[in-house]
Amino acid sequence: MTVAPDMAVAPDTGGKAPAPGKLTDLFQLGLDAPICLTWELTYACNLSCVHCLSSSGRRDPRELTTAECKSVIDTLERMQVFYVNIGGGEPTVRPDFWELVDYATAHHVGVKFSTNGVRLDAAAAARLAASDYVDVQISLDGATREVNDAVRGPGSFDTAMRAMGNLRDAGFRGFKLSVVMTRQNIPQIEEFKAIAEEYGAQLRLTRLRPSGRGADVWDELHPLPAQQKQLYDWLVGHGEQVLTGDSFFHLSAFGGALPGLNLCGAGRVVCLIDPVGDVYACPFAIHENFLAGNVRETGGFEGVWKTSSLFNDLRKPDTGGACKSCGFYDSCRGGCMAAKFFTGLPLDGPDPECVQGYGEAALASVSASAGLPVPRPSVDHSHRTSPSRPRASVPVTIARRRPPAHDCDESPLAGFEAPSPDGASGGCCR
Amino acid sequence: MTFDLDRAWRVDPRVSMRPEPFGALLYHFGTRRLSFLKNQTVLAVVRSLADHPSARAACLASGVAEAELPAYARALAALADSNMITERIPA
Repeated sequence: MTVAPDMAVAPDTGGKAPAPGKLTDLFQLGLDAPICLTWELTYACNLSCVHCLSSSGRRDPRELTTAECKSVIDTLERMQVFYVNIGGGEPTVRPDFWELVDYATAHHVGVKFSTNGVRLDAAAAARLAASDYVDVQISLDGATREVNDAVRGPGSFDTAMRAMGNLRDAGFRGFKLSVVMTRQNIPQIEEFKAIAEEYGAQLRLTRLRPSGRGADVWDELHPLPAQQKQLYDWLVGHGEQVLTGDSFFHLSAFGGALPGLNLCGAGRVVCLIDPVGDVYACPFAIHENFLAGNVRETGGFEGVWKTSSLFNDLRKPDTGGACKSCGFYDSCRGGCMAAKFFTGLPLDGPDPECVQGYGEAALASVSASAGLPVPRPSVDHSHRTSPSRPRASVPVTIARRRPPAHDCDESPLAGFEAPSPDGASGGCCR
Repeated sequence: MTFDLDRAWRVDPRVSMRPEPFGALLYHFGTRRLSFLKNQTVLAVVRSLADHPSARAACLASGVAEAELPAYARALAALADSNMITERIPA
């Protein structure tokens, strides 16, 4: 979600209801319906991005049927969910994808979908350009073929550029060019901006999280501390033109707050419906600990959103935990729940990429306590040809959270290190 | 910008409004932007804009006191800036 700077619209006097001063206070206790609902339509994907947040690849046979998807859309219409962020997997490979998009918009549920562009031919682009109610995000994680394809796979750069060309040629202005910020592509930030301008797109930058397969490559991909500052400064300078999905609020502890909602929205304003109907607190938290229910249950999605005990817990005011005494807590609110969880950090402590440096110390203490396994995602639909990952039943590998990359490593990122402008070294996330 | 309380306004037809415990959320499908109404009174004002010959009349009918009008004008100005509400030809 990008919450516009005009969001705080209220008279500061009058009003019978309390008019709290800050949005974080308004949202902390949750909303009647999510603002930012992500719906992964399928785990099937033509790509195998190394950092895939949902470990996608193979279709799950229990995937919601067309009729079940339409029933979910009926619920969203009733709850007045303004729009859904559709993703996957690659959502456009579902044979009923366009049918579902049409059904949603006909039922007053706007659609923004993320795609690698594989199905965005000229005809699809023309169809999208004709609708106010459908928006598109093209994923690209490198401004050059070399940097992008190292993460997203061979051919993916060309696929994305071809799709963007089709959208531009169809007259679709302002679609989103969505980039996950990594150690390798932060030096290319101006090049991404130039690409967006060339195609009439709006740049959207998001944070890399150690979720899904992202846990396997986080050590190599997450921005270095100096890059986080560079990114923060860039966002402060370009905040009005660039969308961030509000995902960089942990950087607010560098100084002033970034535009948008500086609060973890999990279960409060955000949640995820996965392809089999499971409802999680956030798209980056596909793990049984954050599973609130399933849309196939009697109460449907609305029942899960309103009555899940997990969501009710998440809507309690933050206590701050170990971060409470930090002078920057009001800025960053302790950072990202999923980033902490999948790096083995306590949820009421610092973010692993805490810009005040508390995350590195916390990570070091996790590494030191070899007996505590770092949680793995509960769900994995990776293509079976992908590099295999350590399994929970192999304790020896569990304790080794961060295997070093060797030249013989299967990872496509082995040995890959894009030049860093300042040569800084260290460790942090996206 | 200054907001003209004496003109007739309406909510843009591409805007969807959702009541919330604190007021309401507004979403504009054309600009894809979100706005907030932070209390029930301003929600009542916005909802009734189209039923009154002026924004001032809508405010007064919703129980806004004369002294509070400048604050409500500021809130409406912000909504007009983001095209959530637009001027209309009075009936």
